[in-house]
Amino acid sequence: MKLQARTHAQTIAFVLMTGLLACVPMIGIYPYFVMQALCFALFAASFNLLIGYGGLPSFGHAMFLGTAGYASAHAAKVWGFPPEAAIILGTLAAAGAGVITGALAIRRQGIYFSMTTLAFAQMLYFFYLQTPFTHGEDGIQGVPQGIFLGLIDLSKVLNLYYVVLGIFLAGFVLIYRIIHSPFGEILNAIRENEPRAISLGYKTERYKLAAFVLSAGLAGLAGATKVIVAQNASLTDVHWTMSGEVVLMVLLGGLGTIYGPILGAFIIIAMQQYFAGFGQWVLVIQGLIFIACVLVFRRGIIGELAHALKIRL
Amino acid sequence: MAEDIILETRGLTKEFAGFVAVRDVNLRIRRGSIHALIGPNGAGKTTCFNLLTKFLQPTRGEICYEGRDITAMAAADVARLGLVRSFQISAVFPHLTALENVRVALQRKRGGNFDFWRSKNVLNSLNERAMALLDDVGLSAFETTTAVEMPYGRKRALEIATTLALDPQMLLLDEPMAGMGHEDIERVADLIRRVAKNRTVLMVEHNLKVVSDLSDTITVLTRGQVLAEGDYETISNNADVQQAYLGVADA
Repeated sequence: MKLQARTHAQTIAFVLMTGLLACVPMIGIYPYFVMQALCFALFAASFNLLIGYGGLPSFGHAMFLGTAGYASAHAAKVWGFPPEAAIILGTLAAAGAGVITGALAIRRQGIYFSMTTLAFAQMLYFFYLQTPFTHGEDGIQGVPQGIFLGLIDLSKVLNLYYVVLGIFLAGFVLIYRIIHSPFGEILNAIRENEPRAISLGYKTERYKLAAFVLSAGLAGLAGATKVIVAQNASLTDVHWTMSGEVVLMVLLGGLGTIYGPILGAFIIIAMQQYFAGFGQWVLVIQGLIFIACVLVFRRGIIGELAHALKIRL
Repeated sequence: MAEDIILETRGLTKEFAGFVAVRDVNLRIRRGSIHALIGPNGAGKTTCFNLLTKFLQPTRGEICYEGRDITAMAAADVARLGLVRSFQISAVFPHLTALENVRVALQRKRGGNFDFWRSKNVLNSLNERAMALLDDVGLSAFETTTAVEMPYGRKRALEIATTLALDPQMLLLDEPMAGMGHEDIERVADLIRRVAKNRTVLMVEHNLKVVSDLSDTITVLTRGQVLAEGDYETISNNADVQQAYLGVADA
């Protein structure tokens, strides 16, 4: 019975979220804002998969967002890839970066793991700053949106919106499935008590690496999609502040909840959009929110809500 | 007469930056026996455990399990061979239910554990076996209780059920009775006696009553070295052991 109630809450939340998002273009909300938020929501969800469910606090997750962004921007603009191929390439590039950095980072625990990921992210940042194909400070501008699957013209905003929504939902469902899979069970057990998992015969590094690569790939999917939306890839997406921002999104929404990162991303992106007039004060407000999260609602918005209603969200 | 030895160490030594925690320990554990490792605090009992299960790498010496040299093996591989340990601090997965705790152990042999695209409902086929294991340690009423909410003694029982799910040849129990009340001690002692019927058990334990009741052989460690070995009678009459435990100096 208890289990059923949980499932119901999640189903209702999913229908609500999908319905709301599907209606966006009809209720006069600026679709570019929502598309951008959806990309960040997927990015935050991928990060949450790693930290909230895998217990691996990466401080360099922007490297996957940015790597995928540069790869797909270059593929679409210079090599003339259609958008779906550019997105797939970007995703694979991020997953590949995940294999290499993950294999080294997961040998360390806790803060050392975080510092290793941060170090790799910084190395990649300087690589992208120097290497010619990214055009340094200028970034890759004017990325063509192209025709999705040879059918859907992405330069039309409605088409673009629903394709982005589709990609977001696919990523979201995949993350949900990963968490509730046999693999997710082992990952959960490792996060709960790694020595015990080893003593049961699990080679925990392999599970952690798999989680790391999946998370990197999904962050890449978000980064590649974002490039198709914004039509440019820039250093912002690989900067360490982006790795920090995604931490804030996940903490604000609710670490280890399915819907928390989505809400957190929307709130942070909305703040940046609508408080833009305050200039640098946006950062101060973000800082205050972060302090409030840590001090009074550690479970995040969705986490506190789920706790109050005794459901899982 | 050749004894049937399941686990043997030769010259097992572990040094930590100038400090020798375990020095030249030779253990021979007979198959099917309950063997206790006792000794004062800091004697190296837990380090010994960590070496045997490869959670620590020995500085010198060899470990043979079932006639096989496992000295260079990884901890997870040792567990796969059927040499499974428990921990001093109760080792459960705190936010999983009792059933899920046991199921995690059963999942390994089922395979397909990297299937991230499949629903975990495929694991329901393991529930029956998991329930049977819970039932076996008297935990059937706790099926849907998360481990963190269970009383301490029950957690230890859950830990044993989880260990038994692997159907190990040999169990290493690190202070199974630590922090338990009388009632729990008896229940868990019964449980250990029962699971040891067709298995080998090596345990570290401070409660000497439990040790005398359960064990066939006792090895006493002090300062990382074997001080004495034998049955309870032999050990309790050994002058060195008395001194180590009680500080009785020969006048």
